[in-house]
Amino acid sequence: MSTVDVVVTGLGATTPLGGDVASTWDAMLAGRSGVSSLTQEWAGQLSVRIAAQIAVDPSEVIERVRMRRLDRSEAMAIVAAKQAWADSGLEGTGLDPERLAVSFGSGIGGAITLLDQDDILEKSGPRRVSPHTVPMLMPNGPAAYVGLEVGARAGVRAMASACATGAEAVALGLDLIRAGRADVVVAGSTEAVIHPLPIAGFASMRAMSTRNDDPERASRPWDKNRDGFVLGEGAGALILERADHAAARGATVYARLAGAGITSDGYDIVQPDPECKGGIRAMSMAVRDAGLTGADIAHVNAHATSTPAGDMGEVLGIRAAVGGHPVITSTKSMTGHLLGAAGALESIATILAIRDSVVPPTINLDDPDERLDLDVAAFKARPLDIPAAMNNSFGFGGHNVALVFTRP
Amino acid sequence: MATREEITSGLGEILEEVAGVNPDDVAEGKSFTDDLDVDSLSMVEVVVAAEEKFGVKIPDNEVQNLKTVGDAVTYIEANA
Repeated sequence: MSTVDVVVTGLGATTPLGGDVASTWDAMLAGRSGVSSLTQEWAGQLSVRIAAQIAVDPSEVIERVRMRRLDRSEAMAIVAAKQAWADSGLEGTGLDPERLAVSFGSGIGGAITLLDQDDILEKSGPRRVSPHTVPMLMPNGPAAYVGLEVGARAGVRAMASACATGAEAVALGLDLIRAGRADVVVAGSTEAVIHPLPIAGFASMRAMSTRNDDPERASRPWDKNRDGFVLGEGAGALILERADHAAARGATVYARLAGAGITSDGYDIVQPDPECKGGIRAMSMAVRDAGLTGADIAHVNAHATSTPAGDMGEVLGIRAAVGGHPVITSTKSMTGHLLGAAGALESIATILAIRDSVVPPTINLDDPDERLDLDVAAFKARPLDIPAAMNNSFGFGGHNVALVFTRP
Repeated sequence: MATREEITSGLGEILEEVAGVNPDDVAEGKSFTDDLDVDSLSMVEVVVAAEEKFGVKIPDNEVQNLKTVGDAVTYIEANA
């Protein structure tokens, strides 16, 4: 347990459910699906022709010439971070830029730029390759652009831990403030890989749902008929701030980021440990780090991606690390799986669940897996008093991250 | 063969597309960097687009001599 308290004072997001946090949260509480058919010509040849595409294209928010120089993942990171920054009210407060850091990641990075520029290289030759290619595809690009946007000078950290990236970026933000390296951290993650190559790669692993004729029902965590995850895109950003710093400026505080747990499985590069041992250690560590016990955790926003292999191990893990009492949900049933951005978006959902005393629903749970022995907020948002809640994220590579948020 | 006015206007279109420059601001006396705010990476894009549009080769060692729109027009006029 740390003696330094860290709170969340700003939120931003651009997601398959909405162009900002408010519209995304409203859609979640209403149980709306953001999954739709891919109508692009390139989708015709794929076995997977559905995805959760962003509701508001970044080109509607960022001017055209700037968009030419940004990878889609960078553009979405900027959109989310600008919202969070504005929401925090920190602009113009005289915050020392040398006390402002960024911890922002992406699971895959600028893959679309890499592939598009490779097309240009093949068709038109090397001289036609854009001079903006490298800053567009470099994995630290989103973090660096967010840093430029807010003028951060206490370091810009780029996280990459596949589908745990967003949560791990938030966890690093917590560490940076506790260690005294920053007073404020813009933390989050972004992902934009709705493109035939990444889809073909995941599809070849048989990791994705092929429910092409029924997109809104394709993402169905814990349901017996789940057949894989649905790829989503988007970005989420959180302003993390030392609690006394936030109090001194009279900031509105959403929640406390009370603890984090990070472990690695040491088991397999992609298969989750069926006993969720690494996940259990991460969850237990996060609860301890928050100075709480499992009994204090009223709600868990689960990782549950809708894959046959992954979903049930986490249920075992929650029961072992936290107990059988929390009301759990998988908002991926509505947003699809935003890969590296999932942990950031789901942290936001967890924080708003605490604030509004309501658990967002898990849709499509028509026929629950027999091994699902925890209480899921199925189909409808569930009113619930939530003093503390957990968000889980697990990633290819065996990354496990659990975050604990509490009321301020 | 394009006239100087046509080349200037063609460069204006490229500068608008690549760097968001108002084509009305594009005139022979204007410096790419000082007046039109075209940074070095965008200048690379302008050169490549101009090569395509005017059917001319502009070697890298020539680009540094093209300080103003007028310099570029003269080069394109002489080499197209």
